[in-house]
Amino acid sequence: MTQINALVLRAAGINCDVETQHALQLAGAEAQRIHVNRIIGNPDLLDGFQILVIPGGFSYGDDVAAGKILANQIIHHLADRLREFIESGKIVLGICNGFQVLVKTGILGKIEPAGKQQITITYNDSGKFEDRWVYLEPSSEKCIFIEQGRRIYLPIAHGEGKVVFENEGVFEKVKADDRIVFRYVDEDGNFGPFPVNPNGSTDSIAGLCDSTGRVMGLMPHPERFVRFTQHPHWTRLGDKSRADGRTIFDNAVKYVKQNFL
Amino acid sequence: MKQWRFEVFSRPATSGAGSDDAGGRDVLGDIKELGIDTVQQVQSARVFLVEGDFDEVFAKRIGGELLADPVCENFYIGKSTAPAGLAKATIIEIHLKSGVTDPVAESVMTAIGDMGKSCQTVRTARKYILFGEINDKQLKKIVRRLSNDCIEVVVIGTNAEPPSPHLGQYELELKTVDITKLGEQQLVELSKKMDLFLNAVEMKTIQDYFKSLGREPTDIELEALAQTWSEHCVHKTLKSSVDFDFDGEKIHFDNLIKETVFGATKQLNKEWCISVFKDNAGVIEFDDTDAICFKVETHNHPSALDPYGGAATGIGGVLRDPMGTGLGAKPIANTDIFCFAEPDKSFDEIPRGVLHPKRIAKGVVAGVRDYGNRMGIPTVNGAIFFDDRYLGNPLVFCGNIGIMPRDKCFGKVSGGELVMVVGGRTGRDGIHGATFSSGALTGEHETVFSHAVQIGNAITEKKTLDTLLRAREQGLYSAITDCGAGGLSSAVGEMGAELGAEVELEKVPLKYAGLSYTEIWISEAQERMVIAVKPEELEKISKIFADENVEATVIGKFTNDKKLTLKYQGTQVGQLDMDFLHNGLPKYSRKANWSSKKLSEPALEAKENYNDDLLKVFSTYNIASKEWVIRQYDHEVQGGSVVKPLGGIANDGPNDAAVVQPKFDSDKGIAIGCGMNPLYGDIDPYWMTLAGIDEAIRNVICVGARPDRIALLDNFCWADCKKEETLGSLVRAAQACFDGAVAFGTPFISGKDSLNNNFICDDGKEISIPATLLISTMGIVDDVKKCVTADLKSAGNLLFIVGLTKNELGGSHYYKIKNQLGANVPKTDLRTAKLTAEKIHKAIDAEFVASCHDCSEGGLAVAISEMAFAGGLGVLVDLQGLPKTDDCTRLDAQLFSESCSRYIVEVRPEKFNDFAKLMLGVPFGQIGQVTEDKNLIIKSSLGKTVINASIGDLKDAWQRPLKW
Repeated sequence: MTQINALVLRAAGINCDVETQHALQLAGAEAQRIHVNRIIGNPDLLDGFQILVIPGGFSYGDDVAAGKILANQIIHHLADRLREFIESGKIVLGICNGFQVLVKTGILGKIEPAGKQQITITYNDSGKFEDRWVYLEPSSEKCIFIEQGRRIYLPIAHGEGKVVFENEGVFEKVKADDRIVFRYVDEDGNFGPFPVNPNGSTDSIAGLCDSTGRVMGLMPHPERFVRFTQHPHWTRLGDKSRADGRTIFDNAVKYVKQNFL
Repeated sequence: MKQWRFEVFSRPATSGAGSDDAGGRDVLGDIKELGIDTVQQVQSARVFLVEGDFDEVFAKRIGGELLADPVCENFYIGKSTAPAGLAKATIIEIHLKSGVTDPVAESVMTAIGDMGKSCQTVRTARKYILFGEINDKQLKKIVRRLSNDCIEVVVIGTNAEPPSPHLGQYELELKTVDITKLGEQQLVELSKKMDLFLNAVEMKTIQDYFKSLGREPTDIELEALAQTWSEHCVHKTLKSSVDFDFDGEKIHFDNLIKETVFGATKQLNKEWCISVFKDNAGVIEFDDTDAICFKVETHNHPSALDPYGGAATGIGGVLRDPMGTGLGAKPIANTDIFCFAEPDKSFDEIPRGVLHPKRIAKGVVAGVRDYGNRMGIPTVNGAIFFDDRYLGNPLVFCGNIGIMPRDKCFGKVSGGELVMVVGGRTGRDGIHGATFSSGALTGEHETVFSHAVQIGNAITEKKTLDTLLRAREQGLYSAITDCGAGGLSSAVGEMGAELGAEVELEKVPLKYAGLSYTEIWISEAQERMVIAVKPEELEKISKIFADENVEATVIGKFTNDKKLTLKYQGTQVGQLDMDFLHNGLPKYSRKANWSSKKLSEPALEAKENYNDDLLKVFSTYNIASKEWVIRQYDHEVQGGSVVKPLGGIANDGPNDAAVVQPKFDSDKGIAIGCGMNPLYGDIDPYWMTLAGIDEAIRNVICVGARPDRIALLDNFCWADCKKEETLGSLVRAAQACFDGAVAFGTPFISGKDSLNNNFICDDGKEISIPATLLISTMGIVDDVKKCVTADLKSAGNLLFIVGLTKNELGGSHYYKIKNQLGANVPKTDLRTAKLTAEKIHKAIDAEFVASCHDCSEGGLAVAISEMAFAGGLGVLVDLQGLPKTDDCTRLDAQLFSESCSRYIVEVRPEKFNDFAKLMLGVPFGQIGQVTEDKNLIIKSSLGKTVINASIGDLKDAWQRPLKW
């Protein structure tokens, strides 16, 4: 393989697929948007890609619960193929609704592969959908999508973003396994209540990875900050090159380059 | 077939994992708001009723794997009872009426299919357990608050049963209506009985038509005519000939709209207008390869009855306009403007049949949020105007901008092509919506017209959009339109107007059994588009839809006989000449008059300090921050936002207009703004309209739009225009539309009106809305990197005002807080307005401008304060530099006058000379300097401090009222 191929999954109600494809292209990947029905019809399609992204949106209207119906579809039609995809060393990114899907399929929602889902994402404490910008402090050393020590600024836009664990033990296990990728902080890196932690997430968690560090899900939208004019007050900023969301896609592509090409 | 009942509850928050019951908490809040404090706790549950042949083991899997979250919810199979030993508990279950669209149910059915079993029906409900003593009267109040009669059924108590999901089959029974022998009075009675909303002349015209055919009409023929001829679909008032008496001067219009709003566009004849007033949206050039279109619709009557559903289908409906323009545009930005009564009302002030304004506001916002967000279209611009005259008729304006390739701007139907309906199924929802929207509302409408309310399913529309765009790219259909008001009748009728069409109604996919052929034809069920497909493309296009689970069905064909022929199971149930259907409507002549009002200015005492007044103006609902609303909308999806609705150092200051960048490979953008001020209309709708145009243009100019590429949209919402004075005020507004558009060189490209926005109370008292004209603007930005926002940028910069401040407090918010109207309404000076806009644009384009803000509602004091707290900086203002008219001597006029065509501009000291040179020729003056100290200090021309407030206090006053 000489090029980096990224698959951006489409489904009824997924609506951030076009800008996610664009972000991947900026990072140097060949990105295609493909409907989940086509993948279910021909799962071999997955073999041609090293990166799978489940973008944001409201898959199936978020009916029942956010991401639930698409997660159910993946569990019953694609679970094995997806496991092979991950086990072969490839990488998966879930953004917003995609994060909810990854949690609810169990891929990010379990602590034991054979166990049951013990982590979930539920309604914001505010009870409302909210669009606002947040600062994110990276923490995981194993996650291949991030740069240690680099605090980033991204928008969230969700009504169900609160990460919850079944019990303290599950949380401790996830923490000990270095799976917490991003935490909501303020501009100076301090934790805080709403609006610093915009949804009441446990331990201010904004993103998680799996135990390999190659599957990451996060509530904020990196694809919405790949040009400086997307910053909410870019007209005030001196630095016209800032585009924090780019790093996540750049790192994904860099990882594939180093490991697959 | 067994029916399984699932109840899903939040798991108590005792363990670390529990989540609290947000649904129950919200309802408890609602109950407290009703003044009932005996309810201590509310528990909520989601209920699923599933009919299917599976055993308990599988049922448990459905409960545990699909319906309940494994971490924070519990499920219960069967009917749970309230825990014993607690305070008295009341159980309320809210079910959808049979046949009402239930998107969650549809998804659950699909998901159970994915799990390997099929089920026959799924229904969902909400269940609330109220703990605490309540009496019947209180219960009734609570039920009214939690449910909507139009679409929902409430079941109270543990033993009560929900309505059956099964409806009877329909058997064809052809109905004819005898009209040819009826007298005029009987015709009118028939129209009323059938809810046709046709008047005597129209009924007589229809009678004559059928007399000439020598037969009686069928019900479907009458319904189709009523719908096509409804005010909502055909805008007969605005197209009528009008004899206008203006202060004794007689003016005649052969066709009011053609000679005013359209007239301006025709006179301007801009080469960048591609399609105006013809298609579902107005289309202009964007760049060499793409065009953009814009449409704003109203959805007032449905939103009055069901705020959530009405507003959701309002946005859903307007999205289908760009989708149905040319060969279909891709929606890229939404705009939403609402008019509500002021929310702080006691329930005793609310007439029967009217919902509380706060409930309407919350419901409307939620409806727009849920539909717009699910569609993945950013809602970037909006406004809310509060006035108690909107109590019975809230106004909901939903707009959308779409983009499409320039070679896809026109469709053309040919005989022999197939009529294909794509997207949602047809149900009983929205029947008589178009005709119902064309009359006044009364307390009875809630029950009589409950079927006119429509329920949306955004995901169906999103799937339809995704697949249609693919089919468009491949050129697989030759024309498209939406099923909006008027349903299939209007969509197929319009597409086949020149050719003729034949439809087999039994082929239309239905949501449930039991619809008559007439109901199928006039249903206004959502999410449906109609396309014309060449027979040879049928297979290809059908595959595109099938691949993504979108239903698409051929229901007939376009002919060449110039007739509309309707069949049901082989029987002809109706046939009308297309010419009569579209051109048979008699032309109206109406009388209108307007007498200039004899008003005077109030005598207010001059004061030394205006801090309190400024804070009060900031806390009026109209000026207050709308952040509560804005944050609930996704304004960044699609990744194109450049200027967001909120900006500034804390991302919470106001911006004048939104800018979106629709193409990733181009720095070109679109600025979107709006202007509306019904208070000015209470003095004179002519000046109200010009002020609205001026404001909407200023909005987009402030962020960087080109003044020579601005298109306007009009939305007239008026009360009962059968009254000569009401129509007179509309004529005044229409005249101003012409004058304003011509003077600015900004053509109107699309518009829509909604008349009869009056509510008749039980005691016969009428609540009429004020004359309300929404002007929307869409302007081209050449380089989004040069866009400017309203927040002050840095201390030491100079502050200018461009434009003349006049003694024009009439209709101002300053007078409003004093309960005054005044007489001196702001009068746009059309000679300088355009020049000023051009100069501001040049300054922005030359990058002389650090920030720019439109000076409008609340006047100069408000505009400068907003810039200050948005930037987190203070300002020292000296009114000595204020360019003003000689009669503008009063301080309050200088501070709060809402004179048009004014901009506040922040300029870096080193750009001062360049900027000043550029402004020569329009009134401008330096009025201050940006400071570090976070205070707004305004000094009079005599050097006295007249306002001295911290920007924190100002911002707080601005944010507090609508922090819901």
